[in-house]
Amino acid sequence: MIKLTGVKKIYQMGKIDVAAIRGIDLKVENNEYLSVLGPSGSGKSTLMHIIGCLDTPTEGEYRLEGRDVSGLSSNQLAEIRNKKVGFVFQSFNLLPYATALENVELPMIYKGGSARQRRKRAGELLAKVGLGDRARHRPTELSGGERQRVAIARALANSPSIVLADEPTGNLDSTSGKEVIQVFDELWQQGCIVIIVTHDSEIADRTPRIVKLLDGRVVDDMQR
Amino acid sequence: MINLQQFFRELKKERTRILLTILAIVWGTASVVIMLAIGEGVTRGLQRGMHGMGKGIVVVWSGETSKPFKGLGIGRRIHLREEDARMLQEQIPGIGLMSPEYIRWGAYFTWNDHSMSTRATGVYPAYGQLRNIYPQKGGRFLNKLDLKSRRRVVFLGNEVKERLFGDKEAVGETVYLNRVPFTVIGVLKKKLQTSCYSGMDQDATFIPASTFRVMFGHRHLNDIVYSPRDISRAKQVKEQVYQVMGKKYKFDPKDKDTLRMWDTIEMQEGFGKVSTGVRIFLGIIGGLTLIVAGVGLANIMYAVIRNRTREIGIKIAVGAKRRNIITEYILQSLLTVSAGGAIGLGFSWSLVKVINIIPLKQEAFQYLGRPVMSVTTALITAGVLGLVGFLAGIFPARRAASVNPVDALRCE
Ligand SMILES: Nc1ncnc2c1ncn2[C@@H]1O[C@H](COP(=O)(O)OP(=O)(O)OP(=O)(O)O)[C@@H](O)[C@H]1O
Ligand SMILES: [Mg+2]
Repeated sequence: MIKLTGVKKIYQMGKIDVAAIRGIDLKVENNEYLSVLGPSGSGKSTLMHIIGCLDTPTEGEYRLEGRDVSGLSSNQLAEIRNKKVGFVFQSFNLLPYATALENVELPMIYKGGSARQRRKRAGELLAKVGLGDRARHRPTELSGGERQRVAIARALANSPSIVLADEPTGNLDSTSGKEVIQVFDELWQQGCIVIIVTHDSEIADRTPRIVKLLDGRVVDDMQR
Repeated sequence: MINLQQFFRELKKERTRILLTILAIVWGTASVVIMLAIGEGVTRGLQRGMHGMGKGIVVVWSGETSKPFKGLGIGRRIHLREEDARMLQEQIPGIGLMSPEYIRWGAYFTWNDHSMSTRATGVYPAYGQLRNIYPQKGGRFLNKLDLKSRRRVVFLGNEVKERLFGDKEAVGETVYLNRVPFTVIGVLKKKLQTSCYSGMDQDATFIPASTFRVMFGHRHLNDIVYSPRDISRAKQVKEQVYQVMGKKYKFDPKDKDTLRMWDTIEMQEGFGKVSTGVRIFLGIIGGLTLIVAGVGLANIMYAVIRNRTREIGIKIAVGAKRRNIITEYILQSLLTVSAGGAIGLGFSWSLVKVINIIPLKQEAFQYLGRPVMSVTTALITAGVLGLVGFLAGIFPARRAASVNPVDALRCE
């Protein structure tokens, strides 16, 4: 369960304070599937970063499975990013010099465990996203859709309970976008919390809940 | 381990930079190692030369009193006699080996139609060991029986033998010393001798002290040579020599002019300090070179990390802890240093080998010695390299670990 109360994120740009999030209350129960909509600059990415423990709120409280995140050490946050959260970025963010398989292995390296098991699981995950035959390819040798599926496989490496995707289809054409979204549907069916940031209303329509942001605030929260 | 693979991939990307650093470390390592090797060689060479006269010995000559003592005036000559030498050895247990030394200048030697005049020295058998006088193959130095039976036997300095015999075999031949026949029992094995008193051993001849006394009738010794049993007690033994002699000849044991002494132990201690100093100096210079290389490496590591910010951000985003990132970059730094260090050590080692293969007969090399690559040098260098690699890695690595993933992933 995810619970944000009065969360603000203020960036300091020299002397000016830029508020990316101006006070958000948001509660996401386990196994919810929701999309976050909003114009550019409304704070969607910032919100996702906070939920994914890539960043911490300037103000307010964020409880992840009942635990206040602000009290956690950097190592504990790293463990949350490693095991609880799977993050998918718009720009894939794969290691350019590593193969698809090695990219998927990366979170498992930081978790620890045997190299053989790691390799086996990475192979299985790639097969699951339909890239079983691309394991030895480097990101530059893959199409955008394939790269994003590698990134999803990586996000799933340590079986997270929360999957966060920040415009996962933003750099993809509609066909490969659909393939990617199907993977998220499956993850939801398997019991994960799935949150997708998107500009695409077609994608948003698939999810049972839609949260709309504007100027760093939640302006609409629709449950269907 | 993926770390290593990544290292080699990054190495490919940063090829020029990393190669340059490796080169700097090769250079640093080689200069440390070679300098230390040359220093070690010179030290050993000089030491060997010093030991040519004897290792840990004290030479005692006669002197004059310079302090009044029990009504006796100053300027009294204190002569050394063979009995004194024996008395010293009997009364001072701290004396290990001892030999009196008579010297006759201009002793006239002939063999067949060759002749020369040089010095004849009358000594005890212990003299050989004291003064590092070793015979060439087939010969021997004086022994107890020679001394006891006043044998007319002579041990020749290698130069003397050369002058009289040339290439011919000398041992067993009869030479005439002032027209008295002497059997040659041995010839000095050529040695490096950089310090001496009364001339070099290669130009001397040695006969039993007993024979000498009969032949030349000297009453006084030229000097006494002894070695303390225990080098650390050398000072006390010296004091005892003054006391024993002072008692017999009635002089103040504190009057150091009565006996003149040359203490090679002191000299060697001094030399040891100087050579340690030189080694430290060379080590510091080499170390500085390495530190400069280390600073270069740290710079490159900073650059690598700047170029890798995004990848570091990715790693942090998927759960890398501070220590994962830090270890990775320290490892990278250590690997670079190891590569450079290994090449540098290998290079220096081969260079030292090559220098040592070249046949150099020149005097200079005998005195300076040949470079010596000691295990200690290699280990110290490896240790310093490890430290340099660690330090050059730790600071950039810490910066890498504090990359903010959100910022790192934003920059396109
Ligand atoms: N590191 C930062 N420093 C300064 N300002 C920031 C920083 N990150 C975000 N902002 C600002 O915060 C606001 C929200 O940014 P955010 O990236 O969350 O928007 P977004 O909704 O994801 O937009 P987009 O749809 O374009 O991705 C923007 O005005 C942005 O300029
Ligand atoms: Mg965004």
